[in-house]
Amino acid sequence: MNKYGSALRAAFPITLPICAAFLFLGISYGLYMTGRGFAPLYPICTSALVFAGSMEFVLVSLLLGPFDPLNAFFMALTVNSRHLFYGLSMLEKYKDTGLKKLYLIFGMCDESFAINCSVKIPAGIDKGWFMTFVTFLNQCYWVTGVTTGALVGSRLDFDAKGLDFALTALFLAIFAAQWQGEENHGPSLLGLALPFFCLLLWGPKAFLPPSLALLLALFVCAFYYRRQRS
Amino acid sequence: MTFSQELITIAAVVAGTMVTRFLPFVLFPASKKTPPLIAFLGQVLPPAVMGMLVIYSLKDVSLFAGQHGLPEFLAGSLTVLLQLFTRNMLLAVASGTVGYMLLVQYVFA
Repeated sequence: MNKYGSALRAAFPITLPICAAFLFLGISYGLYMTGRGFAPLYPICTSALVFAGSMEFVLVSLLLGPFDPLNAFFMALTVNSRHLFYGLSMLEKYKDTGLKKLYLIFGMCDESFAINCSVKIPAGIDKGWFMTFVTFLNQCYWVTGVTTGALVGSRLDFDAKGLDFALTALFLAIFAAQWQGEENHGPSLLGLALPFFCLLLWGPKAFLPPSLALLLALFVCAFYYRRQRS
Repeated sequence: MTFSQELITIAAVVAGTMVTRFLPFVLFPASKKTPPLIAFLGQVLPPAVMGMLVIYSLKDVSLFAGQHGLPEFLAGSLTVLLQLFTRNMLLAVASGTVGYMLLVQYVFA
């Protein structure tokens, strides 16, 4: 088998939980936006172009409100500020991937980041193509789900309540796997504890920016503290 | 909103999202040596961000009302235990998800 085929075969199984969750969530998003009076082409195009789940739901309310593109721009910056951390984490991993790098960065949603950042790619598999297929498959699931929801969503009769937990379960499993493989649990514990306390303090809508700022501040302090000691 | 205003709004959201994704790669290009602080962040952020994603995906669970997050806690524990003991991620994620669906559709319905 050529390197594309083997990379695709290695990437596919690990994206299955995302497939289930994205089809389900995508259908809800397609239904939600067409239910607000938008033509099916709107959710289909925005799902492919924005490809950041929570921001797409925000986009619907932005489009229904008064025209204010600057506000829309800064809203996207705030809601997606966590991506900055993904980029910093992937500087090394995305190196030497050629032109694919542009697509890898464009399509770096939470789930593609989580897999590409943590999964041990089997020996003999092309790293760049593996990560590209993970990203591409996830985007296909999302756009397929949204398209289905936008076109035939109202005629679907399914009870998949709770299926979106697949994403939580995926993050938990990756977290547990990482925990087993690391010597120092400090960063993992901080990553769990700080956002949790910020969530209690600021609530689900506003806790992310302070969590990111606090985490960053603590890690920068840790870096200079270590450098001074050594 | 007119059609062109809608297009501009969508473009603004796409641009904002792309800034957050591309900025680190623009600031620290592969051709230059990454500063030590950024390299350090590249090591400690991935595990921390994974913890944050766990919290983020559970952010709308109310601990102090309704079912107090019990279905999430039970299904989440099952996922973590299966991952720790079998090291089979698909098994852990699938069992946790099916377990959660059964809980919210039948037990806590």
